[in-house]
Amino acid sequence: MATGTEERVSAAPARRGAYARHRRTVPYWLTAPAGLYLLVFLVLPMVILVYTSLQSGGLFGGLRFSWAWENYTDGILQYKTQFLRSIVISGIVTVACLLLAYPMTYWIAFYGQRWKSSILLLILVPFFVSFVIRTVQWRFMLGDNGLIFGPLKSLGLLPQGFRVLATPFAVVAGITYNYLPFTALPLYVALERIDKSLVEAAKDLYASKWQAFRRVVWPLSLPGVFAAFLLTFVPATGDYVNAAVLGGPGTRMIGNIIQETFLHSVNYPLAAALSVVLMVAMLILASIYARVLGTEDETLTAAI
Amino acid sequence: MPEVDVRLDRVTKDFGETVAVDDVSLDIPEGEFFSLLGPSGCGKTTTLRMIGGFEEPTRGTIYLKGRDVTDLPPYKRDVNTVFQSYALFPHLNVYENIAFGLRRRKVPKDEIDQRVKEVMKLVDLVGFEKRRPSQMSGGQQQRVALARALVNRPKVLLLDEPLGALDLKLRKQMQLELKRIQSEVGITFIYVTHDQEEAMTMSDRLAVMRAGKIEQIGPPEEVYENPQTEFVASFLGASNLLEGELKESANGVATVLAIGGTVVHLPAERAPFRVGTRVKVGVRPEKVHIAVDDGTEPPPGFNSVTGILRMSTYIGVSHQYKVEGPGGHTLTVWVQNLGDTPPPHPGDRVRLAWRWEHTFAVLPQEGLVLEEEE
Ligand SMILES: Nc1ncnc2c1ncn2[C@@H]1O[C@H](COP(=O)(O)OP(=O)(O)OP(=O)(O)O)[C@@H](O)[C@H]1O
Ligand SMILES: [Mg+2]
Repeated sequence: MATGTEERVSAAPARRGAYARHRRTVPYWLTAPAGLYLLVFLVLPMVILVYTSLQSGGLFGGLRFSWAWENYTDGILQYKTQFLRSIVISGIVTVACLLLAYPMTYWIAFYGQRWKSSILLLILVPFFVSFVIRTVQWRFMLGDNGLIFGPLKSLGLLPQGFRVLATPFAVVAGITYNYLPFTALPLYVALERIDKSLVEAAKDLYASKWQAFRRVVWPLSLPGVFAAFLLTFVPATGDYVNAAVLGGPGTRMIGNIIQETFLHSVNYPLAAALSVVLMVAMLILASIYARVLGTEDETLTAAI
Repeated sequence: MPEVDVRLDRVTKDFGETVAVDDVSLDIPEGEFFSLLGPSGCGKTTTLRMIGGFEEPTRGTIYLKGRDVTDLPPYKRDVNTVFQSYALFPHLNVYENIAFGLRRRKVPKDEIDQRVKEVMKLVDLVGFEKRRPSQMSGGQQQRVALARALVNRPKVLLLDEPLGALDLKLRKQMQLELKRIQSEVGITFIYVTHDQEEAMTMSDRLAVMRAGKIEQIGPPEEVYENPQTEFVASFLGASNLLEGELKESANGVATVLAIGGTVVHLPAERAPFRVGTRVKVGVRPEKVHIAVDDGTEPPPGFNSVTGILRMSTYIGVSHQYKVEGPGGHTLTVWVQNLGDTPPPHPGDRVRLAWRWEHTFAVLPQEGLVLEEEE
């Protein structure tokens, strides 16, 4: 292929050949910054992470690379409750986020008219405040005698022992609140892109409002649902701020464990092993989910 | 008299301040190819959308087959639409796009299969079943949109500029196709277009709309030969219009004195106005004979003016002449190139003549701005 091109330009001065070769390689050079970025900030840390996770030894004796697979087996055995809890909490959060965000973004995309961007901005406003501050605010609001429950309790509308803070509910609510924009944005983008005349066409073809949604809007929004799922579920599983601020001892998530192992116990290999396990688990779950959704899209074309 | 399929009774649609459709009444009989023709923004789409059920009239009633459907949602109407942008479902293949309506109506599977195959043959799409709309050309997508509507065997098919996105050649071809399909399936077509040639070649009857109102309804020949308003005269084809005053109407002949002193006669029923009314008399450019003025008067039954030939344009099959007539009127004449008389030259004094019966009269309309036709 390359020689063919060379031959064709050989009649021209050598510079032309150099130019053609140059032109062919330009696209690759353009990817260089991104490639370098990925190498330095993604591949390299990953390698170091895996490398660390297989080390043994302690802070004082020094760390040695020794194919220490027991970091993995120990980590999983010791913290399987927290792993499971994280996935369950994050699953509930993701479902809650999707249930909240889908109708909301659907409404904005289909009925928002010229206020679309303003309404969307409202959803994003909390984003302008630091994540931690927002969560701490929730702590004040949900406090046992805080802004909401304090007055209710003094009015006798709630029993004195009533509490939300430090329950799994508080953690789920906190994460749901914090990650809602991550769910809403991809959903909105997907719904907004749907040609509104398709809905009219469906209704013209005897689809009721619900059928038009089920047969046209929903399947066309699935890529958005998938993106929203990934962007919510993955970070929510690793979240530790909400559990730390709003939760109690019974709601610790794997993110909290990793953080503590890393910063307090200073057990780098174990923390690294837990992180790798979490990452692999996420990849597996995401690909299963993608498969299910992918086949869903295909089966839709078949008769039901 | 065939049954009336679609009836609009004094239908009005307001969008806030805008009156999109203004007191429109229409009767469309079964099996007719009916066109709504008019410039951009005149309310064609809105009218069609009200028949389809996508807009609710502000006032007035819509009947389908004698039944009041004004408040029925689209999916309860026996009407299907071919959308301007086709609105094909991108996630479904051609077969499923076409089967969509039948599936919603719970038609049995083998009947769906049979009907989809049948209609795909009708629109010449056999073999494209598994394609996605995005993998098809504009003309093919157009056929899918048509098939998707026709397969439901609606009583009425609504088409909103269905050929608007196609290039000229494909458009001509699809016009013939549409006409053939319509006569094959025999259902009523309501066809929206702003292309007057398309409307004239395809329709049994057409309505010319302007600013939300219907200006004239009739078969293409009738609307073309005897336009009732100045707007229709200028929008549907080209017209030479001379301003004047109706002087007399007697013995079946009306007489108009045009500015510049020209006297124009026309059949009295074509100028149903009171004597003294300011009118414009018109004639189509192809109806006018042109000859170098040698002083001979035209035969009886002809109107005639003299003027200076200002411009002569050769268009292959014909010549177009621009003549400066009396009273500052510029008249356009189209003459087929038969090649048996030498054409007049610019600067020549020429005589124009046309038959009384080819003359029409309209009331002047204020504020008519017409774009040059394509
Ligand atoms: N949803 C709407 N909201 C407000 N005004 C509208 C709406 N739909 C149409 N209009 C107005 O109503 C008038 C008629 O519009 P319509 O779409 O029926 O025109 P049209 O004859 O189909 O024109 P075109 O040939 O450009 O498609 C226009 O002035 C338009 O701006
Ligand atoms: Mg329109």
